[in-house]
Amino acid sequence: MSVTTTNYYDRKGILGTLGRDGLLQIILIANTILMLAPIVIMVFSAFKTTPQIFQSPFGIPDFTQVQNFIKIWSETNFLRYLLNSFVVTGASMVLILTLGTMAAYAIGRYAFTGANFILMFFLAGLTLPLKLAIIPLFMLMRDLSILNNQLSLIFVYTAMGLPSTVFIMTGFIRTLPNELEDAARMDGASEARIMWSIMLPLVRPAMVIAGIQNIVPIWNDFFFPLVFIQNDSLKTLPQGLTTFMGEYTTDWGVLFSGLTLSAAPIIIIYIVLSRQFIAGMTSGAIK
Amino acid sequence: MAQLSLRGIKKRFRDTEVLHGIDLEIGDREFVVFVGPSGCGKSTLLRLIAGLDPISDGEFVLNGHRMNDVAPSRRGIAMVFQSYALYPHMDVYENMAFGARLMGLDKPEVERRIAEAAQMLRLEALLKRKPRELSGGQRQRVAIGRALVRKPDVFLLDEPLSNLDAALRSEVRLEIAKLHREIGGTMIYVTHDQVEAMTLADKIVVMNNGRIEQVGSPRELYETPANTFVATFIGSPRMALVDVTRDGDRLVLANGGSILVGNMSGPETLKLGLRPDTVQLVRGASAEGFAGRVEYTEYLGDNAYVYVRLADGKLLSARTAPNDLYAPDEAVTVTVAPGPAHYFSAEDGRRLTP
Repeated sequence: MSVTTTNYYDRKGILGTLGRDGLLQIILIANTILMLAPIVIMVFSAFKTTPQIFQSPFGIPDFTQVQNFIKIWSETNFLRYLLNSFVVTGASMVLILTLGTMAAYAIGRYAFTGANFILMFFLAGLTLPLKLAIIPLFMLMRDLSILNNQLSLIFVYTAMGLPSTVFIMTGFIRTLPNELEDAARMDGASEARIMWSIMLPLVRPAMVIAGIQNIVPIWNDFFFPLVFIQNDSLKTLPQGLTTFMGEYTTDWGVLFSGLTLSAAPIIIIYIVLSRQFIAGMTSGAIK
Repeated sequence: MAQLSLRGIKKRFRDTEVLHGIDLEIGDREFVVFVGPSGCGKSTLLRLIAGLDPISDGEFVLNGHRMNDVAPSRRGIAMVFQSYALYPHMDVYENMAFGARLMGLDKPEVERRIAEAAQMLRLEALLKRKPRELSGGQRQRVAIGRALVRKPDVFLLDEPLSNLDAALRSEVRLEIAKLHREIGGTMIYVTHDQVEAMTLADKIVVMNNGRIEQVGSPRELYETPANTFVATFIGSPRMALVDVTRDGDRLVLANGGSILVGNMSGPETLKLGLRPDTVQLVRGASAEGFAGRVEYTEYLGDNAYVYVRLADGKLLSARTAPNDLYAPDEAVTVTVAPGPAHYFSAEDGRRLTP
């Protein structure tokens, strides 16, 4: 090669010193810090008193100071809210995954007229901004007399979660080889057993993706409980936590400890399932 | 005991008919190979026998019982799939136990059958492995084992060797032949590889375009092919078909020489079938034989195949001694060794017996 190109490679820029991978690492580390900072500050603030939060917002607290947590545990309805959130999110997820997987299995594995139309019908749900329909939904819930009832939330969340679940699962179920199904049929398995014993274990990564995709917005949802639930003993966490914000004074320390506790289950679920989640996202690419 | 009768089997997918009336009798303990080019309907026919696809028309009778509407698992048939179709999330033992348990066998019986199959197929050390931890040949054996534990009357094998490399293929081929001797069930084997068909089969069913072209033993198919399709499909390199006209006791190739065949009757124009081993080459031009030019030579060690372009443009292959080398474009004369020759009708390709 020519002398100039050799010189070019000899020159030590930042790229030369660190290499392309080094630069990527720096960007990724910076991104990680940006993403984690709010969560870290939230956890730190949970161990501080309100004056401490304003004096040293980024300071490392004394982690033995747990009076915020004691207060939220004993003096508020936090446990009630947490339980409500678990009930609503849990029931919605069970319904979404059961119904979504069954619908996707039918659409993905059986050839019948209208299969594509049904899939399109589900997909159309992805494009609808559900919140626009809040007034008709409110009237519907009122007429069903499930206002101020957790069923109203569960129904709305299930409807909200089905389109993306059916979309993800149908794509995944379609990629499963037909010969597996044939083999199970030769072995004498019924349709239900083929689905349960052969196909579902293989689509578990997709179910995890659909699950995480849906559980976060449902757990964090503030809007629908605010509209449908008035009874304090039925409130979910995001809605309940707002009661800690007073009109004139807010106990920020208690609020942050409440937020920390409410974020914890989702973060733990995410960490536990992340390996499956990543496996599910990349499995289509490698095959 | 297994006696299969296919009577006028037809299969339609929507408006397209892919099997046009298959009639076939398969006896007990027979090793039958369905062979034919891709898309000839051999795998479809196997799936109809298995019960995985419904039969559009005709009747499938097994041991005197009509099977058209019987569920696949109740036909006493097991199938080994081309991709093996092992359940990826179950280990080898579970793979084999799945079908046996669904048959309603009790636990000791399931265990006994799996132990027996594992011993026969040398799978004992692999029972706790998942399919992804097995090599291709081992997966193949598990797939066969899964069929074995169900103790079926009939085994169906759909191109079981096509996913194996060449060395393993001949090894597993031998194992399958051995297995058939040991368990003695009826086996139906689908392949597009005529070597597999010739080496394994008691009876070969040659199929083309949804029809059976000929049924017979490997020897019958090789020595007396019923038509030009079977003649060119069985045997490698393939038989060359030369268009000739009869002139007295000679067969004449249009401005390319002639050969002496002696007295024969039949039509004036016909196709002469020449296998590589019945063809002899003479260097240079000669009065007796067809003129041609060497196109290229395949050297195989124990012998060589010389491809010769005849005067009418047909390519013909001849087996020669390996040290008998011909230069490309060398002029040669093709003569026919004495022995049974193949004559086919010029119109419909049927075998002629002059």
